[in-house]
Amino acid sequence: MFKRTLMASAIATLFASPAHAVPDAEWAAMKDEIRQMKSAYEARIAELESRVKAAETKAAVAEDKAMESASRPSPAASASNTLNPDISLILQGRYHNAEGDGHITGFLPAGHAHGSEKGFSIDHTELVLGASIDPYFRGHANFAIADGEVETEEAWVQTTALGHGFTVKGGRFLSGIGYTNELHPHAWDFANQNLAYAAMLGERYGQDGVQVKWVAPTPVFLEFGAEAGQGKDWGDKNNLGSYALFAHVGDDLGDSHSWRAGLSYLRARADGREGHWDDDNDAEAESLFNGRSRYWIADFVWKWAPDGNPRYRNFKFQAEYLRRSESGELECEDNAADGGACAGGIAGDYRARQSGWYAQGVYRFHPEWRIGYRYDRLNIGSVNFGPEFSGVLSRPSFTPSRHSLMLDYNPSEFSRLRLQLAQDKAEQGLSDNQLTLQYIYSLGAHGAHKF
Amino acid sequence: MKIFALSWLAGLSIMLLAAQPARAALSVLACEPEWAALVEEIGGDRVRVSSATTAKQDPHRIEARPSLIARARSADLLVCTGAELEVGWLPLLQRESGNARIQPGKPGYFEAARHVTLIDKPQIVDRSMGDVHAAGNPHIHLDPRNIARVADALAARLAQVDVANAGHYAERNRDFQQRWLAAMARWEARGAPLKGAPVATHHKNLNYLASWLGLKAVITLEPKPGVDPSVAYLGEVLARVKDRPVKMILHANYESPRASRWLSERSGAPAVELPYTVGASAAARDLFGLYDDLLARLPGALK
Repeated sequence: MFKRTLMASAIATLFASPAHAVPDAEWAAMKDEIRQMKSAYEARIAELESRVKAAETKAAVAEDKAMESASRPSPAASASNTLNPDISLILQGRYHNAEGDGHITGFLPAGHAHGSEKGFSIDHTELVLGASIDPYFRGHANFAIADGEVETEEAWVQTTALGHGFTVKGGRFLSGIGYTNELHPHAWDFANQNLAYAAMLGERYGQDGVQVKWVAPTPVFLEFGAEAGQGKDWGDKNNLGSYALFAHVGDDLGDSHSWRAGLSYLRARADGREGHWDDDNDAEAESLFNGRSRYWIADFVWKWAPDGNPRYRNFKFQAEYLRRSESGELECEDNAADGGACAGGIAGDYRARQSGWYAQGVYRFHPEWRIGYRYDRLNIGSVNFGPEFSGVLSRPSFTPSRHSLMLDYNPSEFSRLRLQLAQDKAEQGLSDNQLTLQYIYSLGAHGAHKF
Repeated sequence: MKIFALSWLAGLSIMLLAAQPARAALSVLACEPEWAALVEEIGGDRVRVSSATTAKQDPHRIEARPSLIARARSADLLVCTGAELEVGWLPLLQRESGNARIQPGKPGYFEAARHVTLIDKPQIVDRSMGDVHAAGNPHIHLDPRNIARVADALAARLAQVDVANAGHYAERNRDFQQRWLAAMARWEARGAPLKGAPVATHHKNLNYLASWLGLKAVITLEPKPGVDPSVAYLGEVLARVKDRPVKMILHANYESPRASRWLSERSGAPAVELPYTVGASAAARDLFGLYDDLLARLPGALK
């Protein structure tokens, strides 16, 4: 308390003493100087303030302009980017545990079958490019890339300006027959193709040729198509031997249901179609088929989504029936060391009428999860080998079938992880319990999928 | 084979005959109900319009169903939002229909988003951001000023496609604009108390409505556009909402109400389901009814 009073009086003395010492005139001059300094500073501060304000408004105007230019509808986007075709890359790979190698008893294969490699493997990596070419045409290409090979799965142009419901497609394309035929593996609902397609069409039938489609101007969807060409894999490359006709009809039932049904016919000429057959000595004989194949396919798809909103829940039912009639000449050949009955090579007549079907249902019970079941069944039907093959090749008495159960997880529209369990009885004498883990990722501008 | 070919030809000729009846009115296929309603306002009895989607469907996720291809086949004019909203299905309809009139670049393909200013234009377009639309937010119809702008452009397009009735479309558009302007003043007055109110929305599809009414859409329930919220993520949203409270939690009628209800129960803010477009509620019979309903529900929930 005492200390503080002492200090205060000391300070007071200090302050008071100069005033007493300085004469009045000097005091006035000092005051004047201070006033001048003060006004100079005030002027400078005011000037600075006004400059800051000006800068601020300028910045705000610039920002507004920038915002405007950013959000204005821009009809003319930069041409260099927009003129590039839509590119998408599909990465797919899997882990497959099975005993057999995808062999189907009693059917001469038609074209290569998709990979049935065991363990970890990557399937074909698909590179898809597509764009409008000009106001009249659209182009599309799909390349399947695997080790050491690039396969052109599709490369076609399609008209967009014909009108009246007509479109013409030319080049290499997946035939419009059936329902599944036009789908690439990444769009399949199961990790592998159904048995009927795998056994009789080489999984998918591609054409090098021309396709004409016409959509009828009716309230109900009606579409007719015709194709002429050469089968991609095993068709006669020197002759126009592959013709297809198909018709589709479809509609909605209320807001929640929609369906499509189709009937297709394919006639193809096989020229040295490679295959294999288990001969009577239980050796696998190499086969070459020359002749005519005729197919009938009936397909049906029904989809349900509550109020037509498939995001949270939906169900898809799909079934197809295939019938193949073939007649022509068969050659068989195998390695004498295996004790094969065809050793040395035998040629003779071959006639067969075979069929197969599958039915599947896939249910989305959560935006990200789907579960599905498929049943496959084949009928080896009537298989007649010429007398040359007596004691060499014969029809097995067997009915190939398969049950498949799958569960897939879709974090987004562009990624899918799948678990599939199957009991495969497609090969005689083998009940194969298979497990497949699969991933499918789609990068880039992925186009819309068909119904 | 022969029987099939014959029946195929027979079917074809029957269809060609069936195709003959003269077209009385301009056939319009709208991608969404709001544009079907607008076409009706401007076209009146000179157009026959149907909508490819209903109010209960998510316009992002529609399948290119056979029935839609059939309708696109006969359409003289497609009226869609554009801005990539229909990218998952519309290109297929255009391609598969074999209809040259409605192809991109033709007068028969009208994109509403080209005639308004889009908001929420992303700085970076990358799929890691979810379902982003590079051109900006395509849900433009929930700002009535956009409806007025699109109506002008649509009237001009109808006149271009159907020259004979150009006067009719212009006349109806003038009438519509007058009624719309008057209604907008009414809605804005009713929506005045909403100005500045912070709200949570399920998806960015209500952002135009928010920006028109001055609502502050401070948070979305979806972690990223088009990605459904997980419970863990909703927990984060709840923490932020507790920190900075919102007045309402809004979601469109076609979206699952579960996330909004979950947040509403825990935060105390009311969850409000909004009719997203024409036909989404009993009152939303046309565009006027849609906004009447929106401006009845929103101020009602604020109290």
